[in-house]
Amino acid sequence: MSLRTPLSKVRGLGSAKDGTDHWWHQRVTAVANIPLVLIFTYVVISSIGKPHAEVAALLGSPLVVIALVLMIGSLTWHMRLGMQVIIEDYVHSEGRKIACLLANTFFTAAIAVAGIFAVLKLGFAS
Amino acid sequence: MTNSDIPRERPLSPHLQVYSPMLTMMMSIVHRITGAALYFGTVLIIWWLIAAASGPSHFELANAVLSSWIGLLVLLGYTWAAIHHMLGGIKHLFWDMGRGFELNTVELNARLTLAGSVVLTILVWVIAYGVS
Repeated sequence: MSLRTPLSKVRGLGSAKDGTDHWWHQRVTAVANIPLVLIFTYVVISSIGKPHAEVAALLGSPLVVIALVLMIGSLTWHMRLGMQVIIEDYVHSEGRKIACLLANTFFTAAIAVAGIFAVLKLGFAS
Repeated sequence: MTNSDIPRERPLSPHLQVYSPMLTMMMSIVHRITGAALYFGTVLIIWWLIAAASGPSHFELANAVLSSWIGLLVLLGYTWAAIHHMLGGIKHLFWDMGRGFELNTVELNARLTLAGSVVLTILVWVIAYGVS
């Protein structure tokens, strides 16, 4: 005998109501991060020792802007999911857990907006 | 869902302290630690991008801090953490496909991840040094 309603069985999303979304998003962003971080590493190494104008031009070139915006989006989403698991594993008091989860969302959102804004500003300036 | 109102006298399952350390276990722990370190380290990356977007004076300041010996040390650690986390993550993707669960493969992968992270970190920094 199952206590699950027919509707919840059909939806198959479990008690957290989002099924395997958390797991799947972590994998999708993990795969995306590999090439994007490699591109970013290349950009950073290419910028070493160069004056500001040259670095700004490199960071603002269309292909770099596109890659960096994608990287920041994928990276911060991956960060939020990963830190959420750490918080849920170690912070057991309900109030502190919710506070940590909120801080996690705010921090990663701020990082995402700040990074994407900086890159877009460089892109539209050059 | 955990309920903090329930008294803490319930028996607990064995945790880390009862096991002798193994390489695979250490790699799993390090994967989480590098993940958390990378999480907070993004502040540096974003600061560098904002500095570049703000203009020459802010950019010079960021470069001066990041190329000081402590800045370089942090970046070196950050590079290693990123590569280690990436190699560990690729291993996880293979596990997700149901591959690489044989004991000797798991052990070999742990050694390769550790060695590979050190070798690739050195490689990236040698290339970076060659560029500068």
